[in-house]
Amino acid sequence: MSAVTGRVTAVIAQFDTPADLLHAAEKVRDAGYKQFDCHSPFPIHGMDRAMGEKRSPLGYIVGAVALVAFSAMTYFIYWVTTSGYRMVISGKPDFSYQAFAPVVFAVTVLASAIAATFGMMILNRLPQLWHPLFESGSFRKFSDDGFIVSLHADDPKFDPQSAADFLKRIGGKNVETVEVTA
Amino acid sequence: MGWVLLFGAATSIMLILFGAIGYLFYEGIGIWGNNQPVGWAFDIVNFVFWVGIGHAGTLISAILFLFRQRWRTSINRFAEAMTIFAVICALMFPSIHVGRAWLLYYVMPLPNQMSMWPNFRSPLLWDMFAVGTYFTCSLLFWYVGLVPDLATLRDRAKTRLRRVLYGIFSLGWHGGNRQWKHYELAYLILAGISTPLVLSVHSIVSTDFATSVLPGWHTTIFPPYFVAGAIFSGFAMVMTLALIARKIYRLENFITMNHLEKMNKIMMVTGMMVGYSYGCEMFIAWYSGNPYEQFAFFNRAFGPYWWSYWIMVSCNVIIPQIFWWKKARTNLVWMFIASILVNVGMWFERFVILITLTRDFLPSSWGWYWPTIWDFTMLIGSFGLFFTLFLLFLRFLPMISMVEVKGVLPQADPHHHAPDTAPAAKPGDERPRPHPGIEPGPALGGAS
Repeated sequence: MSAVTGRVTAVIAQFDTPADLLHAAEKVRDAGYKQFDCHSPFPIHGMDRAMGEKRSPLGYIVGAVALVAFSAMTYFIYWVTTSGYRMVISGKPDFSYQAFAPVVFAVTVLASAIAATFGMMILNRLPQLWHPLFESGSFRKFSDDGFIVSLHADDPKFDPQSAADFLKRIGGKNVETVEVTA
Repeated sequence: MGWVLLFGAATSIMLILFGAIGYLFYEGIGIWGNNQPVGWAFDIVNFVFWVGIGHAGTLISAILFLFRQRWRTSINRFAEAMTIFAVICALMFPSIHVGRAWLLYYVMPLPNQMSMWPNFRSPLLWDMFAVGTYFTCSLLFWYVGLVPDLATLRDRAKTRLRRVLYGIFSLGWHGGNRQWKHYELAYLILAGISTPLVLSVHSIVSTDFATSVLPGWHTTIFPPYFVAGAIFSGFAMVMTLALIARKIYRLENFITMNHLEKMNKIMMVTGMMVGYSYGCEMFIAWYSGNPYEQFAFFNRAFGPYWWSYWIMVSCNVIIPQIFWWKKARTNLVWMFIASILVNVGMWFERFVILITLTRDFLPSSWGWYWPTIWDFTMLIGSFGLFFTLFLLFLRFLPMISMVEVKGVLPQADPHHHAPDTAPAAKPGDERPRPHPGIEPGPALGGAS
């Protein structure tokens, strides 16, 4: 552990395998830490439960957006064909809704896809081109083969020394205090 | 070096396409062989062909993902890329076939000074929404899948430029489980909503034809027939590209014979579905008792364009039958030839459908169609555009999804490391194996 020279933002520790990370997450959760995260190159089955995480609300967001898009587009086409720009085609009814299904369907799907992507980004606070953890060189291993636990400084229970000791005690390797020097 | 040569060739062909489009804008679509009665020709043939090519990408990435087919992980990334580039080629054709391409925004429901709104009953408008949605959703799906891989490239970048560029596009991904949680659900939702798109886009494209009154087009089998054909041709294109990429980049350990064999089986099944549709069309034409319908189909097989019909049948129905034999399914040369022939056949399928226009109800309005040099230039040029984009993708982005391949390795499964705590496998509870002899771990979307 290096000497503290700047503002401490987190303490990180590395684990060897996904299973070790999973067990470490359980121990961190049981120790009462709330602001922590487990970084891995791929999603790990069962990690949500190990960390005590709730389900993602993204499904409700996408569902709501899809419903709004469906209703709005149906109303828009209704307005266009009955009053906005009425066209009589082969004597068909103005609101011949069967013919509108392709467009309404496409718009609903499009809105859902956009909601899923941008909803995910907003929930994940992306884009976030700088993150305190990127200050650590060894943190970069997370995207390759590193399984890393980070205890964040904004946790009320956080203390750099005791966090580092705790991570060492549960089997963490290369325990490092991440600081922002600016 | 091989890449540079291929890229040079592809770019040259693409530049020819741009030249042709420039001339088209200058002169108008009279430079094509379109005429009365063949008002639609190569432009729509190419459009339907390219949209069809795109379908396998979505099928592999979305439907096989939802069915937890883990073998898809090594081919899904470039299949998705193929979808995007194919849809770009496809979108080009309806955009330029309207003649005054700069007025294309007329099909979009935009407020304008004439207080005009588009006709929502028009198949051209359906196409715009269907294909536009398809393109956007495919792009989002592909990009969301890329983000963790881009983060890997960012963290391993050797130059500052790469670090900055990959850093921007990876959005600051830090792989925390709180990110993975939302990410996995987003990926699952995108796969879920792309799945009906696979079926709807080509169904809508087929209704461009089917909502007309022409004999030979006015049939209810069109949507499933077009979808099957699209998946068929798309898999053939994935096969062609996969075999080339596998050879050049020595990906034999990632794209195994097991993958190729499964794709061949899918090609055989969809080929038979297409063959069934040809038979069914013939049968219904006869059974309907409608002389115009009967004539249209007789004319397809034995009229002046008989050769295009029989090229189509040979390539699409007869050629895939060789995949009944395991030797053919596992022979690289055979599958490469078959995949190219299938694409030729599928292009001809759309040509055969279009050529019905030459002879419809009245012999007095019959005509003849022959493409001009510009038709051919644009067809070939679109391949230049496609391969240019594809080669750029192979060069600068991970062509195999690293994160998903890591996720299906046995080491990725927490249970693998703690066998004592894993529940005992029940008999018959076998999960699909990505490679023979290796147990799969959780794939994306597998965690909860």
